[in-house]
Amino acid sequence: MARVLIVAEHDGATLNTGTAKCVSCATSFKNDGIDVVIFAESDEMVVQQAARLAGVSRVLWVEIPSQEMGLASMLAPQIAVLSESYTHLLSGSTTFGKDVMPRVAALLGVGQLSDIMKAESAYRFKRPIYAGNAIITVEASEEYTLVATVRTASYPAAESSKEAGAIIEHCKSGVSLPLHTRFVGLKSERSDRPDLQAAQRVVSGGRGLGSTENFQIVYELADSLGAAVGASRAAVDSGYVTNDLQVGQTGKIISPDLYIAVGISGAIQHLTGIKDAGTVVAINKDADAPIFEAADIGYVADLFEAVPRLSAALKS
Amino acid sequence: MQKIMVALKRALDYNVRVRIKSDGTGITTDGAKMSINPFDEIALEEALRIKEREKGVEVLVISIGDLACQQQLRTGLAMGADRAVLVQTDQILEPLTVAKALKALVDQESPELVMLGKQAIDGDNNQTGQMLAALWGRPQATFASELLLKGEQALVTREVDAGLETIEVDLPAVVTADLRLNEPRYVRLPEIMKAKKKPLDVTSLDELGVEAISQFQVVLTESPPERQKGVIVKDVEELLGLLRKKGLI
Repeated sequence: MARVLIVAEHDGATLNTGTAKCVSCATSFKNDGIDVVIFAESDEMVVQQAARLAGVSRVLWVEIPSQEMGLASMLAPQIAVLSESYTHLLSGSTTFGKDVMPRVAALLGVGQLSDIMKAESAYRFKRPIYAGNAIITVEASEEYTLVATVRTASYPAAESSKEAGAIIEHCKSGVSLPLHTRFVGLKSERSDRPDLQAAQRVVSGGRGLGSTENFQIVYELADSLGAAVGASRAAVDSGYVTNDLQVGQTGKIISPDLYIAVGISGAIQHLTGIKDAGTVVAINKDADAPIFEAADIGYVADLFEAVPRLSAALKS
Repeated sequence: MQKIMVALKRALDYNVRVRIKSDGTGITTDGAKMSINPFDEIALEEALRIKEREKGVEVLVISIGDLACQQQLRTGLAMGADRAVLVQTDQILEPLTVAKALKALVDQESPELVMLGKQAIDGDNNQTGQMLAALWGRPQATFASELLLKGEQALVTREVDAGLETIEVDLPAVVTADLRLNEPRYVRLPEIMKAKKKPLDVTSLDELGVEAISQFQVVLTESPPERQKGVIVKDVEELLGLLRKKGLI
């Protein structure tokens, strides 16, 4: 029977929603228990959040001296040691999971499966290739530990209960850690808006905005909806916003209930990022823009007129 | 810095529409344009810029696949690489086997830096660089958008979900390229002619002592479900009406 270990991701204060989505993926196939391993400075906050996830039986808390120690080359050997009693190792297909899981797999001498979008059994999965233009069904050999990343947009987050349901175990790591990699810094745009990957509503802007100043109307529309803000690759390349807002194949793959694309033409690589969005609304003055092919609701209009009117109507 | 090794994967050109075989056995690539995986091309461009800045750096390009991969290696040589090695195989390899083959070449060549794309645009696996770093016991810097070399170390800025993370790694190391690392150069005709004279060696998995493992079997390839056609609204009021009806606002 499958015994699953999920490698948790967090920023020191909040558990990444990808972790709860991995729990949903794991509960979708027959298993004999789901545990979570979390590398954190203290057993408050994030460890407690992990222990409240419905379906998790144990949380292995590995104490690390600082969040900065959470680099792939430091975590991978410790995860590899812990993996011995498990058949499945999962993490989200975020930049964290994509960085660390292949390293874990190679240390164990096994392959890795990327971006699980559906589990048909504990060893049979669907995943996208060619930027989601094809879906393959893959059968994994049961002889090897299955190391995989879970496409977070394909799964709902597991429920979180009020009290911790899982046992928390404090683990000491017995492996010597590499010294060859050092954390220097993280440049992050802090904002009070919802997190792009977790938000139920997202408003994204594209090249059609034309400048950083004009991007303001995207923020206003997002705020009138309580939505997160995203952007197309073109808007990031043009410097209107920072890279962490990019939605698409090389940015974030998201699945909000409502996605509003403002001045985005709809390049394939952008559409790959919103395939699982509930309702897609496109506002663009070019009626031939490919975004309208992917939109549930299209509005051919000058965004500089339409978007402020929309924001005003939503606020009133 | 004396030697940089760059891995180039031959992949369906990014402009070519993906066609799925009607019997579900895979993707049709017959006669389609094949190119260097774009992320690998960015990795090579970065290696060439280092070579142009620092004297005495050799850039070695590697490809693993059938004889047709020589085309992509020749393109790499035309861009400015010094030497090429093809690991010839007709098998479709899983990333771990590719990483093992690269590790065997690393043992022979002792580069200070290995560069690859963060992923290939066919399989979208995003694994090979990380696996090579693990097998080699060396640092990995994935999703690189900036690379600064300073003596025995490299300072790498990485495009992560939270923003831009900077890490310092000791060399030798593996760096995987993201989109904004650079814009690769165009190859000019005289360079294509010159590249024909550059050395291109052919080796095999057997010669490298690598056994291909097969952990995953692809049993079906199919099209993603089609989205239903949407509606076009005339004004903001109609848009708001529809969103209300769907319970979204």
